[in-house]
Amino acid sequence: MIEQVFTASVFAAALRLATPYMFASIGEMFGQRSGVLNLGVDGIMLMGAFFAHYVALMTGSAVLGVGAALLVGALLGLATAFVSVTLKAEQGISGIGMYLFGLGMSELLFQRLVGTPRSVEGFSAIYIPLLSDIQFLGIGEIFFRHNILVYVAFALVPISAYIINRTPFGLMIRAVGQNPQAADAMGINVARVRYMTVILGSMLAGLAGAALSVALLKVFQQNLTSGLGFIAVALVYFGRWRPVGIMIGALLFSFVNALQLQISAIGLNIPSEFAVMAPYVITIIALVFASRQTEKPDALTKPFERGE
Amino acid sequence: MTENGRRIDTLEMRGIVKRFPGVLAVDHLDFDVQAGEIHALLGENGAGKSTLMKMLYGLYQPDEGSILINGRETRIRSPQDAIAQGVGMVHQHFMLVPSLTVTENTALGIPSKWQLDLKSIARGLDELSEKYNLKVNPNLPIWQLSVGEQQRVEILRALYKGAALLILDEPTAVLTPQEVDDLFRILHRMTDDGRSIIFISHKLHEVLSISQRITVLRAGRRVDTIPTTAATKPLLAEMMVGRPVVFEYARRATQVSSERLRLDRVSALSNRGELGLKEVSLTLHGGEITGVAGVSGNGQSELAQVIAGLRAIKSGTITLDDTDVTGKSPRQRHEAGISYIPEERMLDGAIKEFTVAENYILQDHARPPFNRGGLLNLRAIREACERAVKDYEIKTPTTDTPIKSLSGGNIQKLILARELSRSPRLLIAAQPTRGVDVGATEYIHRRLLEERANGTAILLISEDLDEIFALSDRIAVMYEGRIVGVLPRESVTLRQVGQMMAGAAMDAV
Ligand SMILES: Nc1ncnc2c1ncn2[C@@H]1O[C@H](COP(=O)(O)OP(=O)(O)OP(=O)(O)O)[C@@H](O)[C@H]1O
Ligand SMILES: [Mg+2]
Repeated sequence: MIEQVFTASVFAAALRLATPYMFASIGEMFGQRSGVLNLGVDGIMLMGAFFAHYVALMTGSAVLGVGAALLVGALLGLATAFVSVTLKAEQGISGIGMYLFGLGMSELLFQRLVGTPRSVEGFSAIYIPLLSDIQFLGIGEIFFRHNILVYVAFALVPISAYIINRTPFGLMIRAVGQNPQAADAMGINVARVRYMTVILGSMLAGLAGAALSVALLKVFQQNLTSGLGFIAVALVYFGRWRPVGIMIGALLFSFVNALQLQISAIGLNIPSEFAVMAPYVITIIALVFASRQTEKPDALTKPFERGE
Repeated sequence: MTENGRRIDTLEMRGIVKRFPGVLAVDHLDFDVQAGEIHALLGENGAGKSTLMKMLYGLYQPDEGSILINGRETRIRSPQDAIAQGVGMVHQHFMLVPSLTVTENTALGIPSKWQLDLKSIARGLDELSEKYNLKVNPNLPIWQLSVGEQQRVEILRALYKGAALLILDEPTAVLTPQEVDDLFRILHRMTDDGRSIIFISHKLHEVLSISQRITVLRAGRRVDTIPTTAATKPLLAEMMVGRPVVFEYARRATQVSSERLRLDRVSALSNRGELGLKEVSLTLHGGEITGVAGVSGNGQSELAQVIAGLRAIKSGTITLDDTDVTGKSPRQRHEAGISYIPEERMLDGAIKEFTVAENYILQDHARPPFNRGGLLNLRAIREACERAVKDYEIKTPTTDTPIKSLSGGNIQKLILARELSRSPRLLIAAQPTRGVDVGATEYIHRRLLEERANGTAILLISEDLDEIFALSDRIAVMYEGRIVGVLPRESVTLRQVGQMMAGAAMDAV
């Protein structure tokens, strides 16, 4: 029975399912490291998912779809940044506003422009030559037979860690998130840095939506994400504001998701509610026992005003 | 000449006005600096010194008036503009990111390409700290550094950025006498290079020894600008405060009571995880001031925190009035009569977002008269706070003003007022007059002596040896986490204490 459940295809599915979490969560991490909590991720994902799907449907090009998702993400990121950075609105509340906007707007557009769920061709799997043939432990199937976005998502882990820890931009992000007064006094434009991280994060949220609608599920429907964006926000905390931690959290989640699918597929008699709850319970336990040594930005959710 | 060739021959501020809600902080003020000059800025707490300088550094915009650099009118809209114009500033409250290293803090705001070149910055810092004898390890994160070391980082960073005009807002407040001498050497070297320096300090002897000209402010206005050669300590004090100031106090003999606090072989870790306190034993008596002298970072902060209950101890016992308080919480100790005036008042002594009145009753909010049947008695709070504001001459528009908009010295006065208001059994005063003007220093010293006469045991931690000698009955010297000697004040000289602070054994001095 164990062999039936823990198959290579379950692990492969886990990797695939992790992609939207990772895009959205790493994106969210950029905003939070600079001190901005964006709770509207789920709404931005929905908009990204819709536009990616719609453009792919119209043009037959998934790549153009992804472009559209990035663009929509950037625009909504700009709006989010304007509200939280320039207008200094309460970030928790304005984020929920953005979520509701994305939820409603994506559905409205879907009803008007598409109507019934239609699938797109989307991205197909790219078999990496030689590596994808490795039979040993199912390595080929698990790691090397995925669509392009899966590879991009995992490449993003070292890239974003590098940006945060090793580049001048990353240093500015950390400074602005920890002590905006000090960053300001050193001539760093706090608002600009926050605009950039929020826009970048929202583009990644749009991309996360596209990963669902043109790569993973290849359809769009009302509330396609079903709250996935909120889990992405929680994953930032789970991952202690570090890309590798976020990846581990995303994999944990997606693995339980994949298991859940497999268990119902082979007809095992475990109440599916347990499987649905499991990731959340794990997250809460992990948060409670997580080390106190974190990169949590001191200025998270605090708007910056000059003159103390 | 500075590295990037900028040069400020003259800088002039004309008719500057700055208003805050309820305060005219700077009132039609003229001020100027010349290349190669050290110009000192003096004034009471709240006189407007920091505000004036923040306008020069682009943090505030003047409501009226203009700034001329080399004769050309220049708008300084942001710190970025200021840095581009060659203006640098070391702030009164540190502008460092605690989680970043010294090097990373220096890299902030330095335009660079994709790759952070921390190595070359660290090398540059090493060279500078070597050259100017400002010892800092560039690879340590800021939160592991003592207050004095953080100040050194601020100065180093400004040096690294090579400003043509450097504003130093109370840079010496946290330095030891030796470090101040070193700093002055650096400043002279900088002016030899044609840089100019604006130097703010409440220590008149420093101002007299380093500056060429002195400008005195009072209530946002310029009292006068005079050449330092024409200035004396009493003259400056009177210009600042508007009345003569006393520098020497008559210390009456008091009744020294029995033992109040006993520390028995107490050890504790520092923030760095090393042993910051090593088997310290000390007894304090009522009616007596015990001064703790030492170079910052030798265990004084840990000593204060251990007594206040803010730092866990590894071994040893602490006894207050024959009861063991070793395992007691800070709150229980506070209730048992231990008051603490912390050195980092913006972090440990006050809540920035709270109002003056709220901060005043921070620890007493659960006690009558401030608490009536579980509700805050706002009238009693306001009245008590207004009395303190009056007694201590705290400059604030109202008691409902957020404390963060008060000047540094006024925040200190409020915390002192709060801690003394409850007639403590034991008072720990860490750097109580750091950053406080001469008038208020006089007042605080008098209050400490009054408390002593009332029978309070006082532990006075200070890097200002003049202060230690002016107030203490006994002097304890700390070096590398140990108390290397406790001596009656009459039997030691300033020089001997200075040598012990540098590590000389007691019998060798
Ligand atoms: N951001 C602000 N908002 C409101 N009032 C302020 C603000 N900054 C300063 N003030 C007020 O302006 C006046 C001048 O303050 P400033 O900090 O310039 O004094 P200072 O001369 O530097 O005093 P100190 O020696 O205590 O540092 C004070 O009355 C202060 O309360
Ligand atoms: Mg000041």
